[in-house]
Amino acid sequence: MPNIVNAIYNIRQFDELARQDSLIHRLHPLAKLLATLGYTVVLVSYDKYATIALLPFLFFPVFMAAAGRIPAGPLLKRLLYIEPMIICVGLLNPLFDRGTTSILGQTMSSGWLIFISIVIKGSLAVTSALLLMATTGMDGIALSLRKLKVPKIFVLQLMLTYRYISVLLEEAARAIQAYSLRAFNPKSLKREVWGPMLGQILLRTVDRAQRVYDAMCLRGFIGEYHTGKNPSPGFADYLFVAGWGTFIAASRAVNLPLWLGNILAGAVK
Amino acid sequence: MHMADALISPAVGGAMWAATAGVAAYSIKKVQDGLDQKKIPLMGVMGAFIFAAQMINFSIPGTGSSGHLGGGLILAILLGPYAGFLTMASILTIQALFFADGGLLALGSNIFNLGFFTCFLAYPLIYKKIVGKEYSAKRSMIASMVTAVVGLQMGAFGVVLETVFSGKTELPFNAFVLMMQPIHLAIGIVEGLITAAVVSFVWKARPEILEKAALNQALGSLSIKKVMIGLAVMAVFTGAVLSWFASSHPDGLEWSMFKTSGREELETTDPTHEKLAALQEKTAFLPDYGFKASGNEVQTEEQSENWPAVSGGTTVSGLVGGLMTLLLAAFMGFVINMRNKTGKKA
Repeated sequence: MPNIVNAIYNIRQFDELARQDSLIHRLHPLAKLLATLGYTVVLVSYDKYATIALLPFLFFPVFMAAAGRIPAGPLLKRLLYIEPMIICVGLLNPLFDRGTTSILGQTMSSGWLIFISIVIKGSLAVTSALLLMATTGMDGIALSLRKLKVPKIFVLQLMLTYRYISVLLEEAARAIQAYSLRAFNPKSLKREVWGPMLGQILLRTVDRAQRVYDAMCLRGFIGEYHTGKNPSPGFADYLFVAGWGTFIAASRAVNLPLWLGNILAGAVK
Repeated sequence: MHMADALISPAVGGAMWAATAGVAAYSIKKVQDGLDQKKIPLMGVMGAFIFAAQMINFSIPGTGSSGHLGGGLILAILLGPYAGFLTMASILTIQALFFADGGLLALGSNIFNLGFFTCFLAYPLIYKKIVGKEYSAKRSMIASMVTAVVGLQMGAFGVVLETVFSGKTELPFNAFVLMMQPIHLAIGIVEGLITAAVVSFVWKARPEILEKAALNQALGSLSIKKVMIGLAVMAVFTGAVLSWFASSHPDGLEWSMFKTSGREELETTDPTHEKLAALQEKTAFLPDYGFKASGNEVQTEEQSENWPAVSGGTTVSGLVGGLMTLLLAAFMGFVINMRNKTGKKA
């Protein structure tokens, strides 16, 4: 079962990317979270036929990836993994919607136009969310959630889940591997072993939680989770949010590619 | 199925975020009131367990295909509805961030669809009623199946409603429902079978874990009256938020109007659209513009979204401009990359 191994690899890879140092990594986590959220909200606010007007939204992920020194490989891989679902729902549109609409002076199948729009929106939203993670890391996200007044108990819980995902993935991977070796490498778990397999891992999980709690108590746990970092936002952070905020608002108000194209066309004439 | 950013409108996404935040705040208060600090690491580690369990393929007897665990029901059974909901929320948050499942704006909807219906409706109203006070393997099996199926059916219907209200696709409501509900019937049955298998194993090996979960008044019990009152409040609140968004942002409403009236073209008479169109007209300072030359009143109104001006010049402008935008974005990435490299050398 390559699923588990892949998941472990993916999480570690993003952890490592988040630990790099770059212009983007040094920004305050909250600034990046707010910018990405604003970006996503404005991106999905376009109507279902928007295609060329969406192109300026490419600048934000490109900037984040380039200035954050995030290689394109892992991002594209993750994008390809998620894309089939977006494409599936998108493809239903040309099936159900056989009408036509007029865009840029041409008559086009409106179903296909919606499909293209969904794929562009989906890819951009997914990429920017991944970039947020790859440049900020889980500690950063937790810090910005606390700044946004999300209750401590939820943030703590989120951090603990995240912390133990790789531990439990490894444990599950070992159990599954032991099973595969004895059951002639099946692709999936047989009905008879569903309960015992998952149940065993669950029992170990509960015991582990007990040990984790004991260890936390011994170290003086009183309901706080410290990451050691508590930066305050600086000039660069305000500039980042204001700059991208302005650019995104401008692209929403004006169809930038068409505007650019018209200038070029005018210049040629 | 996860709701995706590509399919959601800001109005629906925002409303579902508000609803989810409300339920989460209530759950946090409940968990804090009856805390047992031990529960925090248990919730965290259980979340990681579900995450790992979701990666395991379970072969479905007689079909040759395999299914997966969602985990909402197991969490509700082991941790109670409040802690179960919060744990599900953190799993989905991590999935949205690391695996881009769904996306940031759709996260509120996903937590609501996959957490709320199972933990706050199906679990207390179906599972607890069927299982009752005395555990038996048969009753637990039936309860798990029915609860998982009902919970997932509601979740799937949630996805359909959210997609339809968002109006980012042209899928007819009936066809979408007919597609989603049967798929999730199958998923629900698999979920129920896996949950029942695990619960029965745990009951045989370590019954005290389930007893503790069932007896823990602070976390496990749930007054249905309170849930119903809470739901009514949430419904009113969500409705209010939705209508507020809908009036300031016509996307979702337009869609439903289009559906009910059956009109082919959407007419935007919203003042914000007019303002945007006016702004665009002002920015169109070169007279050779394809859309400006042929722009009559209706078209300027629609330019803000569709730019459907009828002229060959516009097509060229759009394509050239689009290409230029792509090139500029690539150029920006290239320049920053070059600077990174020279910076490293220096």
